[in-house]
Amino acid sequence: MAHVLELSHIRKSFGAELVLNDLSLSVQEHTATVLIGASGSGKSTLLRCINLLESIDDGQIFLDGVEISDPLINVDEVRRKLGMVFQSFNLFPHKTVLENITLAPMKVQTKSKEEAVDSAMKLLKRFDLADKADQYPDRLSGGQQQRVAIIRSLAINPRLLLLDEITSALDPVLVNEVLSIVRDLKSDGMTMVLATHEMGFATQVADEVCFLESGNILERGSAQEVLHEPKNPKTQEFLKRVHQAGRL
Amino acid sequence: MSERTNSAWSPSSRELERARARKGINRKQALIAAVSSIIVIGTLITIVLTSPGWEIVKKTFFDVNYGREVFPTVIAGLWINLQLTFIGGACIGVIALGLALMRTTKSPALTPFRFLATAYVDIFRGAPLILIILLVGFGVPALRLTGISSNVIFLGTVAVVLTYSAYVAEVIRSGILSIHPSQRAASRSLGLTSAQTMRYVVLPQAIRRVVPPLLNDFVSLLKDTGLVSILGVTDAVRAAQINASRTFNYTPYVVAALLFLLITIPMTRYTDRAIRQRTSAQNAEGAI
Repeated sequence: MAHVLELSHIRKSFGAELVLNDLSLSVQEHTATVLIGASGSGKSTLLRCINLLESIDDGQIFLDGVEISDPLINVDEVRRKLGMVFQSFNLFPHKTVLENITLAPMKVQTKSKEEAVDSAMKLLKRFDLADKADQYPDRLSGGQQQRVAIIRSLAINPRLLLLDEITSALDPVLVNEVLSIVRDLKSDGMTMVLATHEMGFATQVADEVCFLESGNILERGSAQEVLHEPKNPKTQEFLKRVHQAGRL
Repeated sequence: MSERTNSAWSPSSRELERARARKGINRKQALIAAVSSIIVIGTLITIVLTSPGWEIVKKTFFDVNYGREVFPTVIAGLWINLQLTFIGGACIGVIALGLALMRTTKSPALTPFRFLATAYVDIFRGAPLILIILLVGFGVPALRLTGISSNVIFLGTVAVVLTYSAYVAEVIRSGILSIHPSQRAASRSLGLTSAQTMRYVVLPQAIRRVVPPLLNDFVSLLKDTGLVSILGVTDAVRAAQINASRTFNYTPYVVAALLFLLITIPMTRYTDRAIRQRTSAQNAEGAI
């Protein structure tokens, strides 16, 4: 299997604070890589660096073998191959659900309006949101908004989907409707990197789990290995705290 | 939100009792409001009407017959103000948007324009409009440039446009800066370029947000077009002034003021309503 994404010795700091420290990771096609770790361990920053929303201080990032951390690369071209879903949805409030989804296909991929609407409606139907097509995002529940945000990122047919704690802003009842989409995508064979605090969910979808601490991956392996038989004392400590909070 | 119908519902006796109580409270509040209005407004009217100079003021400011006589010349002048406002307003919109975009751009190629736009805003926002009108109105014709009209209406409009573009640019820029960076991140992550992000994501939200202050500036613009009268343009203010100085009766000023209000008040009300409607369509919490 080919590596879709490869990170090699990534370093990133915000001022004096070192956020990613010599981090390496490779993601194979059709796999889901789950990033776990305490808040501030660098999960979000890592995803933002992959999407080139942040520039890295050192190291290399390869997408399908092409170095995208090259400063001369066209960042818009790269982002067209990457889907990103944010913790706070970030839907465009002045556009309807349908317009949110068709914006990038029409303006970036220069699809015709009919074509863009057609495939957007197909996705909306698939995820039971067709009746919300003409609503504005603020009229939807958080779970519905996040599902729309996922569909919006799928509409550009990304090579790789980056999911940044997509259920953290939702109440527990709504979490599942969002996670079930991710499970569907996983069974479709979508390549994903996701940061999450939902350990049960991580167990279900992860091909590989990485435990991040102070900007580096301390432990990696299958969900069984990392989440249930962790070897590193820091992983054990983290999971114990998660367990106490009732999230496992 | 309320898509469910409740046709089968009839209010309980408790609810009917409450409705009666609410009605009682409303009636009492309306009565208080009416009484307090009558007292306040009545007092003000009494003060004015019983003032020692009222008879003279009435003759020189509120002469209905004279007002009727000068009405056609004042309203002809007002037509000039309106033309100035709408033509000027269109130019201001375009220039201000350009300035705002230049000031918010990060593109290195546009760096000199960013500096120029900043200098422009500093100068024209800082100098009194009346000085700009005088400088443009009398300075430009003195240059004797061929091809540049020395028509005072044209030069007055140019001066107003120069100043207002600086104000409006700052309003639009504040709108652009008020859009949360996460909107930009979402747009860029979909592969939209920074120009597309500005065009389709940031600007539409920013403009919507600054409609109230823009309307404020538009009303000010209509009033400030009266300042071009100092160049000799016969607008509503100038027309009133000519008539007033001919007869030493100031009723024309009152006529001009009323005509301005007749335009500005409905304009403000209409836009307020438009904003409210649009806000409530997009925002579940409605306009607050």
